[in-house]
Amino acid sequence: MTATTVSAPTSTAPRGAAAPAVRRRRSSRRERPNVLGAIGGWLWLAVIIVPVYYVVISSLRNQAGFFAQNPLAPPTNPTLDNYRLVLQNNFFMFFRNSLLITVCSVALIAACGLMAAYVVVRGQGWLARRSFQLFLLGIAIPTHATIIPLYYLITRLHMYDSFLALILPTVGFAIPITVLILSNFIRDIPAELFESMRLDGAGDWRLLWSLVVPLARPALVTVAIYNALHVWNGFLFPLILTQSERFRVLPMALWAFQGEFTVNVPAVLAAVVLSTLPLLAAYVFGRRYLVSGLTAGVGK
Amino acid sequence: MTALAATGAAVASRRRTGPNPVLLVPALAFFLVFAIVPLVGAFVLSFTTWDGLSPLKFTGLTSWRHVLGDAQTFRSLLLTLKVMVVAWVVQTPVSLLLGVFVAGRQRYRALLGVLYFVPLLLSSAAVAIAFKNAFDPNFGIGAAFHLPFLVQDWLGDPSLVFYVVIFVISWQFVPLHTLFYQAGTRGIPAQLYEAATLDGAGRVKQFWYITLPQLRNTIIMSSTLMVVGSLTYFDVVFVLTGGGPGNATRLLALQMYLTGFQSYQMGPASALSVILVVIGLAMAFALTKFSGFARMKSDQEGM
Repeated sequence: MTATTVSAPTSTAPRGAAAPAVRRRRSSRRERPNVLGAIGGWLWLAVIIVPVYYVVISSLRNQAGFFAQNPLAPPTNPTLDNYRLVLQNNFFMFFRNSLLITVCSVALIAACGLMAAYVVVRGQGWLARRSFQLFLLGIAIPTHATIIPLYYLITRLHMYDSFLALILPTVGFAIPITVLILSNFIRDIPAELFESMRLDGAGDWRLLWSLVVPLARPALVTVAIYNALHVWNGFLFPLILTQSERFRVLPMALWAFQGEFTVNVPAVLAAVVLSTLPLLAAYVFGRRYLVSGLTAGVGK
Repeated sequence: MTALAATGAAVASRRRTGPNPVLLVPALAFFLVFAIVPLVGAFVLSFTTWDGLSPLKFTGLTSWRHVLGDAQTFRSLLLTLKVMVVAWVVQTPVSLLLGVFVAGRQRYRALLGVLYFVPLLLSSAAVAIAFKNAFDPNFGIGAAFHLPFLVQDWLGDPSLVFYVVIFVISWQFVPLHTLFYQAGTRGIPAQLYEAATLDGAGRVKQFWYITLPQLRNTIIMSSTLMVVGSLTYFDVVFVLTGGGPGNATRLLALQMYLTGFQSYQMGPASALSVILVVIGLAMAFALTKFSGFARMKSDQEGM
C-alpha cells in the first residue's frame, strides 16, 4: 500500500510522487510510535469486523444452533444448507438481473458522460457553459425527493416494472457526477493535442476515440466502478419502480428474503453474504480503481 | 467524397475549434427527462390529488394544507435535522482521525485502511438486515457477552433506536469519508511536515497547524456530502426500522415514502418531497457559497 498505491491513484498527476515518499520515509525514523492512534485504529477495526464476523458465522449455523449457541462462538456444526436454500430461491436470477442493469446503466452513463464532458471542457459556446452549471446543480438534487414524480413518469411511459424503468432514471441521476469527474480529467489533457489533431482534419469522433478515450482511461475506469457500485447496491429505484420477481435485483431480493424466511435468520444472512461476494471479489482484484473511483471528484 | 468531407471539416474547424454541441444531447436528455423533469414534477404534483392509479386532479393547496397541518411533518423534519447534525458530529471527527491515521506509511495502517473499506461494499439493504439481527436482544451480538447493558431492545425502544440509527449510518458511511481524508492527507506536501519537524513541532502540533488547515477543502467537501446525503439515509433506515417503533425514526424521506406508497396520497407526498428538495438545495447552496466548492478547476492548475 505504501509506495505503490500512493502513486497509483495520483498517477494522473505527473508531479514527482516518488520523491516526497522517499524523503518522508527517511524522516519517519525519528518518530515515536503513535500509541493512541493505534488503539483507536484497532478499535475501529473491531467495530467494522465484529458485525461482519457475526453475519458470516451466523450464516453457517443451522436454525437450532442460531437460537441456542453463543452468537459469537464458532458454530458447532457448520452447515452450508442456508446457502443452498438461498441459491434454490432464484438467487441466480436476481444476480443476473443486477448484473444486467449494472452493465447496461454503466455503459450508457460512461458513453453519454464522456461525450458531454468533452463538449463541456472543449466547447466555448453558451450551451456548454450552461450545461456544466446545470450538472453542478444536479449533484445537489436529493434523488429521494423525486421518486413520486418519477413513479408518475415511468407509469405514464408504460415502463413500470421493467428493466428500462431501472436503467433510465439511474443513468439520468448518474450523469452530473460522471460529467464532473470526467471533465476534471479531460481538462488536464493539453489543448495543443486537440488543436493539432483538429488541424490534421480529425472530427469529434476521431478526437474522442483516439485522444480522449485513451488519455482519460483511468477516469473512465473510475467512473465505471463508482457507478457500478451504486447501481449494484441501489435500493430506492427498484423499490418504487418494479414489483414482480422477474425484475427483482439483489438488494430487493435481500429484503424479500427477510420477509419469506422470517425466523430463518441464518438463511437471510447467507443471502446477505452471497449478495456481497461479487463486490468483495471486485474489491480484491480492483481495489486501486475502486478507491480512486470513490475519492475521485474530491478536491485535494 | 470522404477526402472532400475531411477538408471541409478542417476548414470549418479553423473557424470553430470547439466540438459539436450535439454530443451533449444524450447526457442532457437523460438528465433533463429523468432528473430535472421529476424535480419540477414534484412541485406540480404537490398541487394535485392522486392515489397513484386513477387520473390526477388539480386541487390547489389541498395537499399543502394537509402536510402543513400534520404534526408528523414537523416531527419528521426535526428528526431529519437532528440526524443530520448528530451524524455529522459523530462521523466527521472519527473519519478525520482514521483517515489521517491510515494515511501513514506503516504497513499495518495500510492493511487497516483496506479492511476499513469493507462496509462500502455492502448495499444499504445488506447493512440494515445485518444490524437488524446483530442488535437483536436475544440472538444478536450483545447476547454474546451476557452484559445487561448490551442486552436491550435496541430497535424496539423509541429512546434507544435513534442511537442505533446513528451508529448504523456511521458504520456504513465513515469508511467513505475516511477514504476522503486519507486521500486528502496524502496530498499534503511532505515539505510542510519536514519544516515543522525541524522547528520542533510534535505530532499534535503538526496535526493542528498543518494537517487540519491543509484538509480544509476535504473537510468542507466531506461535510457537504454528509449533510446533503443525510437527507437520503432513507434506504438503511427503511429496512432497519421501517420508521418505527411507532414513528420514532420516521425521517422526512421515509414519511414521504409512506405517505405516497403506503397511504397512496401522492399529493401530500409530493409536497413533502418539495420540502426535501428545498432543504437539500439550500444546504448545498449555502455550503458551496461558503466553500467555493463550485469553482471546479483542474487540480493541477495553480500548482
